[in-house]
Amino acid sequence: MSGKRAVIAGIGHTEFSQNSGRSTLQLAAEASRDAIRDAGFSPTEVDGTVTFSMDTNDELALIRTIGVPMLRFCARTRGGGGGASATVQLAAAAVESGQADAVLVYRAFNERSAHRFGQPVQANPDPAWNWASPFSLNTPAKVYSLTFQRYMYEFGLTNEDFGRYTVVARDWASTNPNAQFYERPITLQDHQDSRWIVEPILRKLDCCLESDGGVALLITSAERAADHSADAVPILASSAIQLEGGHEMFAYYHEDLCEYPEGRVLGDQLYRQASITSEDIDVAMIYENFSPIVFLQLEAFGFCGRGEANDFIKDGHIGRGGSLPVNTNGGLLGEGYIHGMNNIVEGVRQLRGTSANQISGAEHVLVSAGRSGIILGR
Amino acid sequence: MTSVRPPIFDFDDAFFWEGAKEHKLLIQRCGDCNTLRHPPTPMCANCGSTNNQTIESAGNGTILTWIVSQHPTEPDAEPRIVILVQLDEGTRIVSNLIDVAPTYDQVLNDERVTLCFVDYDGTVLPQFRLAQAQP
Repeated sequence: MSGKRAVIAGIGHTEFSQNSGRSTLQLAAEASRDAIRDAGFSPTEVDGTVTFSMDTNDELALIRTIGVPMLRFCARTRGGGGGASATVQLAAAAVESGQADAVLVYRAFNERSAHRFGQPVQANPDPAWNWASPFSLNTPAKVYSLTFQRYMYEFGLTNEDFGRYTVVARDWASTNPNAQFYERPITLQDHQDSRWIVEPILRKLDCCLESDGGVALLITSAERAADHSADAVPILASSAIQLEGGHEMFAYYHEDLCEYPEGRVLGDQLYRQASITSEDIDVAMIYENFSPIVFLQLEAFGFCGRGEANDFIKDGHIGRGGSLPVNTNGGLLGEGYIHGMNNIVEGVRQLRGTSANQISGAEHVLVSAGRSGIILGR
Repeated sequence: MTSVRPPIFDFDDAFFWEGAKEHKLLIQRCGDCNTLRHPPTPMCANCGSTNNQTIESAGNGTILTWIVSQHPTEPDAEPRIVILVQLDEGTRIVSNLIDVAPTYDQVLNDERVTLCFVDYDGTVLPQFRLAQAQP
């Protein structure tokens, strides 16, 4: 690596809601200005952008809206939420190679008041759906449940076990004023009283929120961040893993259906880049469209062994006072679902010491989107 | 009758759906190195050949995992059991289990299944029955 070390210098976001009442471009613009201001930068200094392939906010429309005169680097991630942390990887690669000096990462949508991801697909978005939707796999909940069922069968889990994750997430959210479920903790019984989505695997409270909102980050070099007096957080590692035969939705064709192979490879990459081990992680932000995916990722990243996530969670490791606080903002089930980007914001806050649920002495934070991830550190 | 969302024929997988119309479950096989693959691809990842051929599956397999598909707010016309089948030939396929009540309190993992075909209003899908239930 050259002398330049990429950092997250600024974070920004709108409120997370069920109905923003404004355009996604306005949400993207508000979050972007917020992140640029937080970094101590001016929009005129931004010279690169990264967003999701799925994002509907065109780069030119955004820079015209927020006052960025020129871009010399634009990139987009593949896939959906699995690419959340890959936005940081791309931005860091641009900064560290000299392709750009200040990269704005943004993601904004009205995912509750407009197009809801949780609803049945109306037409096959791509040929991969031919092997699912004619057979009734037409919602993310069903598509993912087909792998979760094998995990439950293999390790003897019930839906109540998944509920213990939700209870923890809602506990963190209950003390986070940004969370859609602020001051609304739940009991395991509340979880068990919520309606079935895919019986007997997922209940409503196992599913992430559908949210309106925007998140943005400003990524630059440590040097430039220091010039602007930004409270910058170094990106110690970043990677995004795609495996032959793998798929973010239809993970049906790899040998062991009870493991998350992309996550396992991703963890190895990240720990090696950062020269640390899983034991050095103080806070883990783990993308969760559905609660069982947290179990698979805890195992993939080596926080516990195969089939041991249930006991790990039962033993209190991921909640308040636990050895590995997980999703301290409430996660995508509790804070909001901005396609995983809000988990990166929380990772930065933990290292700045400004989280609503601050873990004292946090030095290394993993922010995983399952198949893409970063390690932030001091 | 269960209504199904028909596949959108793609250049690379049209052979599969044409085969299903003739009640054949076709698995792509590389004409050069004989590697089997599903879902289909236009080139063999093992040897790079585009000599794409098929074999007809004998239609025997094992259920790896399964769910009952019934959407809460937009109910499926009839709940269906969705299964992931490990075919004896070695490839896997998503399908449905028919002639079994779509209840939750049963264990279908590792059950042996046998192929059949069902015409859903013009869309012919490969489906499976429990092996011992075979007529």
